[in-house]
Amino acid sequence: MSVVYLDNYAATPLHPKVKEAMHHIVDEVFGNPSSDHRFGQAAAEALDTARRQTANLLGAEPEEIVFTSGGTESVNHAIKGVAFSQRDKGRHIITTNIEHKSVLNCLRTLRLLDYQITSLDVDEYGLVDPAAVEKAITDQTVLITIQLANNEIGTIQPIADIAKIARRKKVVFHTDAVAAAGIIPIDVKALDVDLLSLAANQFNGPNGVGALYVRRGTPIWPLLEGGVQENRKRAGTENVVGIVGLGMAAEMAWLEGHDRLEKFRTLRQKLIDGLKARIPHLKFNGHPTQVLPHLVSVSVEFIEGEGLMLLLDEEGICVATRSACASGSLRASHVLIGTGMDFALAQGTLLITFGRDNTEADVDRLLEAMPRVVQTLRDMSPIYQKERRA
Amino acid sequence: MYSPTVLDHFKNPRNVGEIADADGVGEVGNPVCGDMINVYLKVKDDVIEDIKFKTFGCGAAIAVSSMLTELAKGKTLDEAMKITNKDVAEALEGLPKNKLHCSNLGADALHAAIKNYRDRQAQKTAAGEAERVPHIPEKVDACYCPYCDMENKGQAEFCVSCGADLPHEH
Repeated sequence: MSVVYLDNYAATPLHPKVKEAMHHIVDEVFGNPSSDHRFGQAAAEALDTARRQTANLLGAEPEEIVFTSGGTESVNHAIKGVAFSQRDKGRHIITTNIEHKSVLNCLRTLRLLDYQITSLDVDEYGLVDPAAVEKAITDQTVLITIQLANNEIGTIQPIADIAKIARRKKVVFHTDAVAAAGIIPIDVKALDVDLLSLAANQFNGPNGVGALYVRRGTPIWPLLEGGVQENRKRAGTENVVGIVGLGMAAEMAWLEGHDRLEKFRTLRQKLIDGLKARIPHLKFNGHPTQVLPHLVSVSVEFIEGEGLMLLLDEEGICVATRSACASGSLRASHVLIGTGMDFALAQGTLLITFGRDNTEADVDRLLEAMPRVVQTLRDMSPIYQKERRA
Repeated sequence: MYSPTVLDHFKNPRNVGEIADADGVGEVGNPVCGDMINVYLKVKDDVIEDIKFKTFGCGAAIAVSSMLTELAKGKTLDEAMKITNKDVAEALEGLPKNKLHCSNLGADALHAAIKNYRDRQAQKTAAGEAERVPHIPEKVDACYCPYCDMENKGQAEFCVSCGADLPHEH
């Protein structure tokens, strides 16, 4: 039985071109890019290429790209780096209730250091109101950090509108674009953001490597301190193999982006229509139109998501769940709760994310297995039995 | 992350269902706090002749329910009252640390069903009425971080020492 992989938000298979580029570096280039001799310069050239490729994906200048160890480091760097750099200007930061954990936990730490955090509500689709952002700005505000697209429900925020407000009020604006970069087209100049985080494993690059776009002139302190690597913004000898993988993944996302989008939209619609036709009592999450094209978040009433995920794995289909039981912290998804969903329904939420290698046959497999697996768990559920009686 | 026994009981749960004319019913937890287990008993001569369950919860909660019914079937009520959460977790060859609360729910549901049977016998409770235990989180003054063992305030969201999220059992 072939295995169907539908958890591309967690990690994506490497693009063949990415593998090829990384293999080449592993085989041929071991030098330290900071060394001025030929071995070092070969590594430095590989970094330059990757920097151009990554900048090109975002419409940025190569010197505005800082390579990091992934989305989490990029976000940590953006938030803590601006907070520390602007410490004498003020200690107020604005965000939303549905950011990724890396954002929320950075802000939690800053709260311990006497920063004031305003966390804005979102509507039932997960959208934040730009007017609410403007209203929250005070003369102490040093940073606004709002995700470009949500990683659990896919809702895409009106980032350009918020960036316009931030620019007018002279507040630094960071957008966490980890869930969106390499999936939908992003132009940092058109968006006019100061900082943008991305991760390679979202678009067929390797795990553990990412980038932070830093618009020229943005005040930011290093997160990792030491040498002068990455234009003095990120110390430490660079992960050349990973960065080369990121660069090639960015180039391939740029070249294949249009075709991938078409495919994602087809698969997504087929999955949503198919599930609606086959299974009653489902709720699809996120904004109906302003949404990532490769992501389907669906809440299945009367059952819990971890069991669903495990039974689908048994059928050779790999998806993710956002149930509290699977989260480690045993808390319901703050994103789903943030959109006003009740805990019991949030418990039954599956997250299905497509990648460039998925086909319609993969969707067919899920559509075939899912009604069966859902029914098995519903038959075991005491709340389903009550619902049927009522 | 789960032992083979847990996975077996999750994938092939024993004694799923309800007993229409049950002699005792226990309902523990509710979906709003995460898990809910219902246990139905058929009792003859003080022995659990048949037992079934229905569960809303994760893989561990379902496996716990299944194992629990296996442990209780054929036992006298007094013996079954002595089955502890620990017994169930051990019979399952262990549960991940953050899933131990699921086994708490299991034995509680069994004990609630037995109590319900005894109350019905003593005519303290009408036939058909279940024993309901809501399992509302207790307010505690202090707790210990499971990761670094430092003491924290009862309802702290995260450990003040290492920053880890603190789970609060429900």
